[in-house]
Amino acid sequence: MKKSLLALALLGAVFAATAPSAALAKDVEILNVSYDPTRELYKEFNAEFAKHWKEKTGDNVTIKQSHGGAGKQARAVIDGLQADVVTLALAYDIDAISEKAKLFPKDWQARLPNNSSPYTSTIVLLVRKGNPKNIKDWDDLVKPGVSVITPNPKTSGGARWNYLAAYAYALKQNNNDDTKAREFVSKIYKNVPVLDSGARGSTTTFVERGIGDVFISWENEAFLAQKELGVGKFEIVVPSVSILAEPPVTVVDKNAKKHGTEAVSKAYLEYLYSDVGQDLAGKHYYRPTNPKYVEKYASQFPKVNLIKIDDVFGGWQKAQKTHFSDGGVFDQIYQK
Amino acid sequence: MSGISTSQYSHYHSKVARNRATSEPAWVRYLLIGTALSFLSLFLFVPLAAVFTEALRKGFDTYVTALVDPDALAAIKLTFIAAIIAVPLNLVFGVSAAWAITKFEFKGKSILITLIDLPFAVSPVIAGLIYVLIFGLQGWFGSYLVDNDIKIIFAVPGIVLATIFVTFPFVARELIPLMQAQGKDEEEAGLVLGASGWQILWRITLPNVKWGLLYGVILTNARAMGEFGAVSVVSGHIRGMTNTMPLHVEILYNEYNYAAAFAVASLLALLALVTLALKTYVEWHAAHDASLAEDASK
Repeated sequence: MKKSLLALALLGAVFAATAPSAALAKDVEILNVSYDPTRELYKEFNAEFAKHWKEKTGDNVTIKQSHGGAGKQARAVIDGLQADVVTLALAYDIDAISEKAKLFPKDWQARLPNNSSPYTSTIVLLVRKGNPKNIKDWDDLVKPGVSVITPNPKTSGGARWNYLAAYAYALKQNNNDDTKAREFVSKIYKNVPVLDSGARGSTTTFVERGIGDVFISWENEAFLAQKELGVGKFEIVVPSVSILAEPPVTVVDKNAKKHGTEAVSKAYLEYLYSDVGQDLAGKHYYRPTNPKYVEKYASQFPKVNLIKIDDVFGGWQKAQKTHFSDGGVFDQIYQK
Repeated sequence: MSGISTSQYSHYHSKVARNRATSEPAWVRYLLIGTALSFLSLFLFVPLAAVFTEALRKGFDTYVTALVDPDALAAIKLTFIAAIIAVPLNLVFGVSAAWAITKFEFKGKSILITLIDLPFAVSPVIAGLIYVLIFGLQGWFGSYLVDNDIKIIFAVPGIVLATIFVTFPFVARELIPLMQAQGKDEEEAGLVLGASGWQILWRITLPNVKWGLLYGVILTNARAMGEFGAVSVVSGHIRGMTNTMPLHVEILYNEYNYAAAFAVASLLALLALVTLALKTYVEWHAAHDASLAEDASK
C-alpha cells in the first residue's frame, strides 16, 4: 500500500515536471509574404529570429517565405494566401490588403515605429563598367539610344518608386510643371525595352542577360549586383534627387489569429528593429533606421538628396490613384 | 491521331520505296533531312546539353546538394503528388469520355468533344485564375472556405486541381481517333454472343486501345510534372510547401543559384528523356501489334 502510494506520488512528480515543458516547446510556423529583393535579407534574418525565439520561449519557429513583385504578392494575400506577416515594398500594397480583404485595421502603419518601416532604401542608377553612355543624372535617361531597364509599376513596388523618383526630379527641374514632368517620364519609358514583373526579374535582365545601358534599381539590389554578382562589372550612379523608399511591414491579424501565431508574428516584426535586425538590414544594403546602425553603415551609403512621397505626391493613396490606377498617368504615357 | 499512324506503320518502309511521289532526286532528300536534323539539333539537343553542362558546372557534389536541399525535395515530392492524383483521374475520365463518344450516339456529343479540348484552347494562366476566382478569399466560395478552414488555392489541392485541368484532354484526345477507326464491330459481336458491358470493356475495348491509352498516360504525366503557368498562379510560391519543380527552378534562377536551378531543371529534362523513350517503346509495340493483326487477317 505504502509502496504504491509512493509510486503514485513519484509518477505525479514526474508528470508535474515534464508536462509544462512539453506543453511549452511548441513547433510554430509563420509565413512571411515579401517582395522581390528581400530574399537574401530574410533568409539570414529568419535563422537569427528562430534562434532568438528558441532562447526566449523554447519554441521552435519555422518561417516560410514567399517572394514576388509587391503588387502581385499583395494580390495573393487578398485572394487568400495565408500570410502571418507581410513585408512589402510600399505602403499602398499593404493598404490594399486592409481595404479589400479587411484582414487588419486601416491604421496598421501606426502600429510600429517609423511608419512601420524598419529599414529604408532609395532608388539609384546602375550602369555598366566605365559608364559608356556617360549617365550622370535622370535627364541622361531620356536621351535617344539609351536603353533603360525598370520593372512594371503595375506589378512591382520598386518600379513605382523608380517612376516617382524620376517624376520628382522632373517636377523639380521644371518648377513643378506637371505637363513637362509627364513628358519627361514618358520619354524615359520610351527607352525601356522590357518591363519585367518584379525587381528581381529586371536585375536578371540587366545583369545576366546583359540587356540595357542603365538599370533604375533599388539601392540594395544595385549593391547586390555590384558587389556579389558581377564584381567590377557595374557602377552605381547617384542621381541629384531620389526618393526615400519606406518598405513597411505588418502582422496580418486575422490570419495570425486563425493560426494562433499572433505573439510570434508580432515579435518577428519587432525583432527587425532590434540590434540584430538593424545590423542585418545594413549588411544587406538596406538603410537602417536605428541611429546607432545608421552611423555604423554611414560610409556604405552614398549621400543622396531624398524627397519624401508625402511632401511631393501627397502620400501613397493619392500617388497610386493619380499615377498607377487603370487609366492613370502611367497608362496614358505608356500607351503613347 | 495515332489510330491513323499505327495502321500505316507496318508498310511504311515498303510504301516509301514504291511511292512515286517520294522519288525525288537524292539532293532534295538530303537537303530536307539535313534541314530537319540541323533544326532539331539547334533547338533541342543544344539546350538539352546546356542544361546538363550548367547543372554539373560546379561539380557533382554541388549537383547532389542542390537536389537533396529540403526545399528541392519538397518541390519534387509535391510534383509527384500532383501527378499521382491527376494521372489516374484523367485516365478514368479519358477512357469513359472516349468510350461514350465513339460507341454511343447521343445529343450534345459535339459539345462534349469541344469541351474536352477546352484546356488546350485556354491559356494555362487563365486556367489558374479561374480557380483563384472560384476559391480565392474574394471568390465565390471564399468566405465559406475560410469559415470552415479549408485551404484550396495557395495550397496543395489548388495545385492538384490546376494540374488536372491542364492535363485532362490528353487521354481522351489520344483514344477518340483510335476508337473511331476501330469502329464498333467487335463490341457488337461480343454483345451478340452475350457479353456484359464490363466484359466488353475489359476484354475487347481496352485491349484494343492499350497502346494508345499508355501513350496518353505518358503525355498526361509529362505535362502534369512540367506544368508552370496554371500552377504558378495558384501556388503562392511558399518555399518547401507549394512550389513544384518548375516553380522551384524559377526561384533558384532568380536567386542567382544557377547550378542548383539547372540541377533541378536536369531532373525535369531527364523526365522528358524517359518520357520520349517510353513513347518510342509504346509506338514500336503498337506498330508491331498492328502488323501482327494485319498478317493474321491475310
